[in-house]
Amino acid sequence: MKLSDFFKKKSSSDVAKDRLKFVLVSDRASCSPEIMQKIRSDIIEVLSKYAEIDMDNIDINITQMDGEDNGGKSAPALYANIPIKNINHNVK
Amino acid sequence: MGEVIVITSGKGGVGKTTTTANVGTGLAKLNKKVVLIDTDIGLRNLDVVMGLENRIVYTLVDVIEKNCKLKQALIRDKKYENLFLLPAAQTRDKTSVTPEQMKELTDELKKEYDYIILDCPAGIEQGFKNAIAGADRALVVTTPEVSAVRDADRIIGLLEANEIKKTHLIVNRLRPDMIRRGDMMSAEDVIDILAVDLIGQVPDDENIVIATNNGEPLVGDNSLAGQAYMNICRRVIGESVPFLDLEARKGLFSWFKKR
Repeated sequence: MKLSDFFKKKSSSDVAKDRLKFVLVSDRASCSPEIMQKIRSDIIEVLSKYAEIDMDNIDINITQMDGEDNGGKSAPALYANIPIKNINHNVK
Repeated sequence: MGEVIVITSGKGGVGKTTTTANVGTGLAKLNKKVVLIDTDIGLRNLDVVMGLENRIVYTLVDVIEKNCKLKQALIRDKKYENLFLLPAAQTRDKTSVTPEQMKELTDELKKEYDYIILDCPAGIEQGFKNAIAGADRALVVTTPEVSAVRDADRIIGLLEANEIKKTHLIVNRLRPDMIRRGDMMSAEDVIDILAVDLIGQVPDDENIVIATNNGEPLVGDNSLAGQAYMNICRRVIGESVPFLDLEARKGLFSWFKKR
């Protein structure tokens, strides 16, 4: 271990706090992997009506929203990154 | 009209029973009429922590099944005549009682006692549901460890869902030396993560082990844990008491070391 690592090292209580905050987000959102999968396929189904989606690079997650963006309160947020290959212009 | 307080945690082994015994005894010391109910049917322990294990004749299940009168099952404390224990049955299980029956029982006790304190079993199943059924408020016990805090968060959510509006947190087994080193979350750190107010911080104190060995709750004595528990009792009855400086009694040596 380098000396610089020693100074950079987080205290174990900070590690515990960070890990807890992260795990509680998913606990509180109470989203089982099955439900996440459903949300994912429903979103894809809707979007597919309007665009061709790059299925391999979809990223949908529940994350913690920063306090600043939400009036000082941190809350769970659905984060979705869905690359579009082509917009379908023939939608009615 | 009395108040029904459930002492709960989710995770086992964080000090629910010890907290129940000390908060109950402390409230009795403050001249309140108190009943402690052990709802951990099948794994009872409040009786031994209180030192009353030899006096059990009837249990909570006997009262529910009307094998005896409520008064017959209440065991009077050795020291305080305004403190009673309703022990759990040891040879039955959690399904012997329903939430409706528990609520009926606590409603009955509320007429005559100032505080009814329920020692909740670990877990979120039937035993938990029984214990919270008649509760007006909850004290959630946790330790400054990730597993206990995570379970406390779950419990707080469940209490909210069951419309128990008054929920406070007790952080137990704090070690000031470890907190100073950055190797343990402080009570403030835990409060930061959980969305509840703090009502007590209890240090990890070897006197607790000794008190449990003897079956005599230490609340109100000179030990740090004894003072911390007494402060919790005062806050429960509505007094505003500043939080204990957990390092206050370390002596001159640590005073020099800190500077």
